[in-house]
Amino acid sequence: MAFLSHLIYGLQLGTIYALVALGYSMVYGIIRLINFAHGDIIMVASFVVWYLIARLNVPVWLSILICVAFTSLLGVAIEKLAYKPLRHSARISLLITAIGISFFLQNAAQLIFGADPVMFENLFPGNLSLGALTVSRVSVIIICVSIVLMIALVLLVNKTRMGRAMRAVSEDESTAALMGINVNTTISFAFALGSALAAVAAILYSCAYTQISPTMGGMLGLKAFVAAVLGGIGSIPGAMLGGILIGICETLTKAYISSSFADAIVFGILIVVLIIRPSGLLGVKTKEKV
Amino acid sequence: MKKRFACLFLALMLAFGAAASAESVKVGLIAPLTGEVAVYGNAVKEAVQLYIDDFNAADHPFDINLIIYDDKGDPTEAMNAYNKLVYQDDIAVLLGPVTSSPTFGVAEASVDDGIPALTPTATHPDVTTYGNNFFRACFEDPFQGGSMAKFASSELKATTAAIIYNNADTYSIGLRDAFMKTAEEVGLTVTTTEAYGASDIDFRAQLTNIIKTNPDVLFIPYYYNVTYMICSQARELGYTGTFLGVDGTDGVLAIEGADVSVFDGMYFANHYSADSDSPVTQAFIKEYTDKYGATPNALAALGYDGAMIVCDALERVNNDGVKIDGESSYEAIIEALRATEVDGVTGHITFDENNNPIKTLSIIQIKDGAYHFYMNY
Amino acid sequence: MTRMEKRIFKTTWSRYLLNTLATAALITVLMVLVDTKQINKYNQGLLIQIGFNIILAVSLNLSAGFLGQLPLGHAGFMSVGAYTAALFTKGVNLPQSVAFPLGVLVGAFVAFLFGILIGLPALRLKGDYLAIITLGFSEIIRVIIQNLDFTGGAAGLRKIPKYTTVGWTIFWVVVTLFLICTLIKSRHGRAILSIREDEIAAEASGVSTTYYKVTTFALSAAFAGVAGALYAHYMRILDPAYFDFMKSAEILVMVVLGGMGSIIGSVFAATVLTLLPEWLRDLAALPFFTTLPAWVGKVIENRMIIYALILVLVMIFKPSGLFGRYDFSLGKELDRVFRGIRRLLGLDKRSGKPSKGGEN
Repeated sequence: MAFLSHLIYGLQLGTIYALVALGYSMVYGIIRLINFAHGDIIMVASFVVWYLIARLNVPVWLSILICVAFTSLLGVAIEKLAYKPLRHSARISLLITAIGISFFLQNAAQLIFGADPVMFENLFPGNLSLGALTVSRVSVIIICVSIVLMIALVLLVNKTRMGRAMRAVSEDESTAALMGINVNTTISFAFALGSALAAVAAILYSCAYTQISPTMGGMLGLKAFVAAVLGGIGSIPGAMLGGILIGICETLTKAYISSSFADAIVFGILIVVLIIRPSGLLGVKTKEKV
Repeated sequence: MKKRFACLFLALMLAFGAAASAESVKVGLIAPLTGEVAVYGNAVKEAVQLYIDDFNAADHPFDINLIIYDDKGDPTEAMNAYNKLVYQDDIAVLLGPVTSSPTFGVAEASVDDGIPALTPTATHPDVTTYGNNFFRACFEDPFQGGSMAKFASSELKATTAAIIYNNADTYSIGLRDAFMKTAEEVGLTVTTTEAYGASDIDFRAQLTNIIKTNPDVLFIPYYYNVTYMICSQARELGYTGTFLGVDGTDGVLAIEGADVSVFDGMYFANHYSADSDSPVTQAFIKEYTDKYGATPNALAALGYDGAMIVCDALERVNNDGVKIDGESSYEAIIEALRATEVDGVTGHITFDENNNPIKTLSIIQIKDGAYHFYMNY
Repeated sequence: MTRMEKRIFKTTWSRYLLNTLATAALITVLMVLVDTKQINKYNQGLLIQIGFNIILAVSLNLSAGFLGQLPLGHAGFMSVGAYTAALFTKGVNLPQSVAFPLGVLVGAFVAFLFGILIGLPALRLKGDYLAIITLGFSEIIRVIIQNLDFTGGAAGLRKIPKYTTVGWTIFWVVVTLFLICTLIKSRHGRAILSIREDEIAAEASGVSTTYYKVTTFALSAAFAGVAGALYAHYMRILDPAYFDFMKSAEILVMVVLGGMGSIIGSVFAATVLTLLPEWLRDLAALPFFTTLPAWVGKVIENRMIIYALILVLVMIFKPSGLFGRYDFSLGKELDRVFRGIRRLLGLDKRSGKPSKGGEN
């Protein structure tokens, strides 16, 4: 029984990682950038929704909508201001800029809200009984919402015009432009979509763990990135699979091996995957062209 | 150039003769005012400032010039702040640092310089072992952890206990060790110890393991925000035993948006109790609340006592006719600190031969969303 | 008279002589100032920190700027060097003058071994993947140190002897700069630069890319180990939490600000960024700033927010950093000064024309 409940906590953590990993995957897929600031965008989203609900007493549904909209705008703004000027310079410059943005968001939040963590009220309290097993309502909601979002995302990328444009830009930017695709809009859309997913992940995460802090994005972002790499970066089912595997792995390590080494094991998985199969479980291999 | 100005200034002061009576003594304070542990540093800073302002407002043969530097909780920054205070500002006595890892570096450096120093809050036992110049105003971790084990066994009649601790933190590990050592002595069985990392917020895996062993009490040696998450997740998973906390627990009821019912029936060790009828304590609580609009936590109380101990020692040195002036008065101030006997917010304070205060520990019970004094240890 | 003859410091030995004399003069001045207490201990502490930050920045530059492979785990190698050296000097019973240099060398050597161990698998990857995998390795190193007994665990390693002095720091800075500059200018250095410019072309031209990549990476790690050893014997306490990603990023800021591929840039940036928090502290205490709202002072005192802005602004407006790939050569600069003097005196009429080539 204990094993089954560990598995459910793992699944809950894993689906959150998966939602965050999707954001990394989309941005990486389209402009080959590890968006280091993605974890911190989640942090900003958490603080926005907390501020709206706890301080301004805005109704919950409206707060969630505002939060998703704000976060999407933030993602697009970061892309326009910081990443766009560097789109054609060395990839390392882009990565360094992303690290800079991540630090900036983290420290700005620390200045505004203080370094102390803030308690977040669980919007979905209570437990559900599934036979002999008791599961918290928020776990069930997280898992369901994540699955619905992922299916929607797969449909969006594969069936819509915008999805086709995204795939085309990801394949070859200049050819896509020649075919009449507005590359800038497509890239901005990918950032907006990734950030919107981050906002949803932030709300679910805050409900499940009831505490948010300016530094929460760092580890969460890194682990989600590991999940994206494990599943094969750029692949949507890959991000889902990677996230769930990492979440379950982490929880089971904590439960049965040693909680001290849980983070080390997550990074260990990353290293092994990168060395043995750099394209990840479901990724496509790419050859370097001369 | 600076010296010439100083001479000119002195000459002017002497000529007018009015302000010359207020001699000023420099006291340095190192505390984290920004960064991740800023909360603790600011509490100490506010309380120290409160005491020094009162001291300067009252009639004394000298004024205290308090110089505050931020160490951001970073050992390197703390070292820079220390060097600047000692070699550039020529302070007479040092207060701080507040958190443990900066304190170790500063304590070692201070031994070479022989400067009198007092940390208000560093509870790690090794802090005062480097030399005879380094004092502290708080009790030590082994005493605190051991007392909680004894309390669980003798007062709560518990027979089994579990511990959940932060294995990236000295404070938490030290308390775990002390609790386990005493638990063995008093016949309290520790069923399991579970660790978590610095950035963890999900403790359900560890707590599920703990609940499986069904301990009477759960010892949570860490700061209040993490304690809150552990307590609420443990209750969510159906744990019904008693929570035991430490001085870091103080502040749990002030967490914004927290559901305080999860703490009901929790006991924790603290440096002082707000229920105490000591006039010093009540005056401090009133003054602090009036000035900063918040109830003081244990760190503020210790900061206040630290400032009180230092000012008291300086006053006695001054009364003995020793001129307080940088290096030449170090020895005299250390001697005076050793002979300390004051009634502080956290009780009557004297120092033992290892520069640690001899004082009692208060056990606080949380009931109906309020702290209640339970007993002294 | 040909152009070449007018250069006084054209031969390698004359440049070595010049550089040695200049370095010796600089060291003598600093040491005299320290000995006569003109530089107090506060400023000595800052000098030591500038010293190990220079070593850190220059060593990261070797791998990020010259080899073109960006690692994000430099703090991990620094911690390996720091712990090894500290455990060595604590463990052996030798006089300080033997134990300290030996300890630094042991620290550097073990960091070098870790560099090879991590470099071999990691350097098969490129770009952002390399950055992430090195970050992963340094996190693992930190977690392991935190959980071992002989390293002091999370409580940290304490009671390390205070051996780092201004003299020793300058010595190791000079050794590091000399070795890295010599390496870059050598045949091997050209092989390293060729990998940066085009790895596939380098491989095709017969450069053993794996050998050079791993060795350079490990050398960069070894110098980080030297800096770690100096840090350990300056702070006298090692806290594993100090060597986190933030520390690696701080070193990266120094390299990026100075310019990836410029040694003088790294030296300059390391110096400025070490002093910056101290200046900011004084600045925020000025009467003018205390009259402003409290948050202004907080922004000014928040080092990390300023680092973040530096990173982003430098990348957007001057991606090559302050110095680009420019490097300082005392001989060349002096030659230029002499040429200027000659021109003023009317001894030479032609050298006003800029020349192409033949400068190296």
